[in-house]
Amino acid sequence: MILVLVEIDDGALALVSQEALTFARGLGEPVEAVVLAAPGTDTSAAVADCAVQGVARVHLVDGPDLISYAAAAWASVVAGVLAETGASTLVASGSGRASEILAHVAARLDVPMAANALEASPVGESTEAVGGQARMPDQGSDTGTGLLVRRQVLGGAVVESTLLAAVPAILTVAGHAVEPVAAPVAGAASVVTVTPRIEPDDLRAQVASVTPRSGGDGASLTKAKVVVGAGRGAGGPDGFGGVDALAAKLGGVVGVSRVVTSLGWRPHHEQVGQTGSRINPDLYVPCGISGAIQHWAGCSSSKTIIAINTDAEAPMVTKAAYAIVGDMHEVIPAILAALDKRG
Amino acid sequence: MTDVLVCIKRVPEATGEVTLTPDGLGIDGSHAGYTVSPNEECAVELAVQVADGGRCTVLTLGPAGAVDQLRAALAVGMTDGIHIEGDSDAFSPADVAREVAAAVRARGEAGSAYDLVLLGNDAADTGDFQVGVRLAYALGYPVVTGIQTVSVEGSTAILTGEGPDGSETYRVALPAVVTVLEGGVEPRYPSVMGRMKAKKAPIETLAPTTVPVGSGRLALEVPPPPPNQVRILGEGAAAAPAFVATLAELGVLR
Ligand SMILES: Cc1cc2nc3c(=O)[nH]c(=O)nc-3n(C[C@H](O)[C@H](O)[C@H](O)COP(=O)(O)OP(=O)(O)OC[C@H]3O[C@@H](n4cnc5c(N)ncnc54)[C@H](O)[C@@H]3O)c2cc1C
Repeated sequence: MILVLVEIDDGALALVSQEALTFARGLGEPVEAVVLAAPGTDTSAAVADCAVQGVARVHLVDGPDLISYAAAAWASVVAGVLAETGASTLVASGSGRASEILAHVAARLDVPMAANALEASPVGESTEAVGGQARMPDQGSDTGTGLLVRRQVLGGAVVESTLLAAVPAILTVAGHAVEPVAAPVAGAASVVTVTPRIEPDDLRAQVASVTPRSGGDGASLTKAKVVVGAGRGAGGPDGFGGVDALAAKLGGVVGVSRVVTSLGWRPHHEQVGQTGSRINPDLYVPCGISGAIQHWAGCSSSKTIIAINTDAEAPMVTKAAYAIVGDMHEVIPAILAALDKRG
Repeated sequence: MTDVLVCIKRVPEATGEVTLTPDGLGIDGSHAGYTVSPNEECAVELAVQVADGGRCTVLTLGPAGAVDQLRAALAVGMTDGIHIEGDSDAFSPADVAREVAAAVRARGEAGSAYDLVLLGNDAADTGDFQVGVRLAYALGYPVVTGIQTVSVEGSTAILTGEGPDGSETYRVALPAVVTVLEGGVEPRYPSVMGRMKAKKAPIETLAPTTVPVGSGRLALEVPPPPPNQVRILGEGAAAAPAFVATLAELGVLR
């Protein structure tokens, strides 16, 4: 059995959790889920989403100690479900929360964890079942037994093959590397409620307070359908009028490169990339962004990219579907005027 | 005063083409040069702020050249360096955590334990997301990951980071382990004075305490770049109508 830690976003199952469930199904074993949600959260939509993903059983968690988030407490819950069910593998998305909890579980059980997996397949004896999208390098017979994982390193510029030989195998799935698809047959998603006993030590680091965001946040960037990007080519803190207007016009948000945030031109929560947000829009319009691998790490899942850049050889241009070669400060006003004319 | 240890990792600074070492098991940084993750630069900045003029130590496990990254941290205000010499590719996250824990314990046994240990949230190359957590378990300390600001009141660390519902605050008793994400502080630039000081700052060199188990890495591969299929819509302002037409084609415009 594969156990998947899933999260809720806007009342439903988070997109990255759906991706993790699709990934887990590819491993060829039944899938169960633990829902990471404070007791009292409405989980009905998420449970229904789990059924769509073919999940056989959903573990919901109750108890006063989990009302405020504490990673170690959640790790003890997940470790408990692992022990009770004898799951072979623990999977989650690569979100901050999920990565943190899985790292705790791996540390507690003293087993390895592979972050940012793209594909996985069992190797060694009795390896009929092979992961859905698996395309493994030929490793010969001396690899051993376990779960062969291909995962992103260096922000996705390099792929590492690694063997998780211990049980349970623990891995997080790279964001947007897998397209979530409904299971051919819906799962029963029968609900069991766990009321765990939490050790005081596991509550030493617990969220004390949450301040709702006042300004923007990375979350609106990761969910946006249209992102207009700006990099060094913006030229300075006053160079964003055009991208702001274009984003507003297209019902999108602005995302920026690290040069822009480290020069203090725009806040860090707008940064796209390895140390910023991973975006997943239908349309990304990077303006004056060269497309370094660390930036590409955050935008490569965009469905369509239209780059605007003075340099026709910039990696962002050669990797894009469409490009305009030119100065963003001339091109964007012309686009805004053309959009206005269209009405 | 808070006695802080910061752990950093030397990584290749590749921004464009990536080349592998001849054995295919490492990333060749000799052309692009080396750096540390922006997350770790922020951890160093936070350490310097929290130490407030007191001792703050920067540690790395890495090859001989990793001294460069230690000196860079010493140049922006860290006071002491520890270099555990080893090929970081041969160490699993658990191996690294064990070595750092040994260094932390040794300092405790010498009678001046660190109050706070900071690391980057995830290394820029391997992106393992776990050394800090494993270190905390090895030491029996509480741990919080993905933190952007750190301050200390008495023996309590006040930590903030971005959670799903907003900015989250933790109050954690020291000693503790904290992993840092970019975005909460601006790392300072080294001054000329800082660079001079860094040249003379003490760096203690240690050998790993045990033979590493290894990371389980079987192979690395650089995925071929997607074929260049870009359609140039035009040059300069004259391309605007083609842009709008493409948006309409893509269904972005209603
Ligand atoms: C460990 C690590 C993590 C990193 N994480 C991130 C990250 O999360 N996100 C990120 O973005 N970067 C990240 N970086 C930095 C990254 O390597 C690049 O330095 C950065 O993305 C470059 O930003 P840029 O494209 O804006 O600037 P540049 O690379 O300087 O490119 C500017 C581009 O603008 C074009 N241009 C200039 N003027 C104009 C104009 N008037 N009109 C149109 N085009 C113009 C130029 O042709 C060029 O292509 C990271 C680096 C490291 C080492």
